[in-house]
Amino acid sequence: METSYTVTSMATMATQIRRDVLRMVHAVSSGHPGGSLGCVDYFTALHFHFMKHNPSPFNMSGNGEDVFFLSNGHISPVYYSTLARSGYFPVAELATFRKLNTRLQGHPATHEHLPGIRVATGSLGQGLSVAAGLALQKKIDGDASTVWALTGDGELQEGQIWEAVMFAAHRKLDNMIVAVDYNQKQIDGSTGDVMGLTEWTSKFLAFGWEVLEMDGNNWDDIMKVVPQAQSKLGCGKPIVIIMKTEMGMGVDFMMGTHAWHGKAPNDEQLAKALAQLPETEHKDY
Amino acid sequence: MKSYEILGQKDTRSGFGAGLHEAGKLDSNVVALCADLTGSLMMDAFKDEFPERFIQAGIAEANMISASAGLAIGGKIPFAGTFANFATGRVYDQIRQSVAYSHKNVKICASHAGLTLGEDGATHQILEDIGLMKMLPNMVVINPCDYNQTKAATMAIAKYDGPVYLRFGRPKWPVFIPEDMPFEIGKALMLNEGKDVTIFATGHMVWKAIEAGHALAEKGIDAEVINIHTIKPLDRDAILASVKKTGCVVSAEEHQMNGGLGDSIAQLLSRELPTPMEFVAVNDSFGESGTPDQLLEKYGLTTAAIVAAAERAIARKG
Repeated sequence: METSYTVTSMATMATQIRRDVLRMVHAVSSGHPGGSLGCVDYFTALHFHFMKHNPSPFNMSGNGEDVFFLSNGHISPVYYSTLARSGYFPVAELATFRKLNTRLQGHPATHEHLPGIRVATGSLGQGLSVAAGLALQKKIDGDASTVWALTGDGELQEGQIWEAVMFAAHRKLDNMIVAVDYNQKQIDGSTGDVMGLTEWTSKFLAFGWEVLEMDGNNWDDIMKVVPQAQSKLGCGKPIVIIMKTEMGMGVDFMMGTHAWHGKAPNDEQLAKALAQLPETEHKDY
Repeated sequence: MKSYEILGQKDTRSGFGAGLHEAGKLDSNVVALCADLTGSLMMDAFKDEFPERFIQAGIAEANMISASAGLAIGGKIPFAGTFANFATGRVYDQIRQSVAYSHKNVKICASHAGLTLGEDGATHQILEDIGLMKMLPNMVVINPCDYNQTKAATMAIAKYDGPVYLRFGRPKWPVFIPEDMPFEIGKALMLNEGKDVTIFATGHMVWKAIEAGHALAEKGIDAEVINIHTIKPLDRDAILASVKKTGCVVSAEEHQMNGGLGDSIAQLLSRELPTPMEFVAVNDSFGESGTPDQLLEKYGLTTAAIVAAAERAIARKG
């Protein structure tokens, strides 16, 4: 899609997407708002500005366009809202999230043919490999577009992630940009407590990747670092952005805790949260 | 009992290698991945002719399966090869999520299946793979019986759009399927028409079923022998038509009784046509080191075992 979005208009869109996320998980009393809210700004920046993609009609192959994979599929609310808001499917369909017969399954899936989704994710560690496979297909076929992927930082505990990290470096998949959602939180607590996670930059560097660091909730930083990452495309190495985010970003009582990783707000909490994120010109679904 | 000429002794994995090479010539979208077992899976001919389409995945099977799904999204037809143990049990969730549920056009190519792997022992002798794979919705499960059938099956699955599990083996085995016989996914192959008992066999056990058919003929028993190379989708019509005629059944496979071909047939018959049935399969046991022949003997996967099972099945007819 051709973008006419500025930082200001993307920030407005991000506010609307945050409202969508909260309303979606509230409606079914389930889902993952915390990580979704933290990644809204990056999703918005990619889908409304950086990615060269064709939302409609959706082409599963992704040939000739940028493709995004969400490896940490549990933050499906932000994914679905962004896809709908960028034209992949009707915004009204967000109301069906996690309900019987929906195309918006709890975790992203292709089985119901939701435009925008190319593989089922949610069983952690697999989406990065799938992204690497598509990046390799684009290499083989001389397709110059970019494969984007997002993983969680807790997800880096999965062994398969490091198989994919080796594979991408060995195959010189310099047409993929991976972001790690470095929010330092997972279901059971802080990532440091669960499985001491440190030194990501040096780890990826040691595996032969280009590494950048970014504040994924700061528009100035996003608009500076993502182009830097793009400038490294084609330089022989896969690219990773260690993207610091705040779980629950945008809602004061959801920030600074892992408690909202997989918990939906009740009626009162929703009202309190939405009061901090006024409805935008894009309107609620 | 119809006689089959032995055309040679070849391993089914070489049939896979030859079929992959041919499939690669016929369709430039065919790509092959292997997890550090290229020679064992006889993928060298493909690798040598199409080096840009051969992807060494290293000893990292999980990534190989999910990356295959990614290649398939972009339009490639990936054949991902490794030992059957590592192609199934080790990567079950990757196959389930990235391939089967996501309906990706990935061919999982599994060599050295079953006891006939031999001396490497039970760590590598998977006997549960058919069960694991057939339980997955969307998955086609194929276990060809000789070199020619494996080659033809490999070429056939390249033309089928969807996930496939293709199982083959290590030892040299009698070749008797004509070289030019086309492979039809899901279509049972009648090897001998008979009236007293039906022997349904898959994989290496098909040749033993033919031998059993001859041994039974010498005893005056007219056995129908049918090759079920596709365990899923099962050829219901062929199975029911045969069993209506013969009234009793033996299944023969190099796999656990639980979850194998016999299990699928029994489920069909219990619903549609309850029939006395005997199973020649491994009975809830792991394998061990030994020569293929020693192991097949010890675990009861022999011609004599099929004959005895047929006699038991016939005795149970009303």
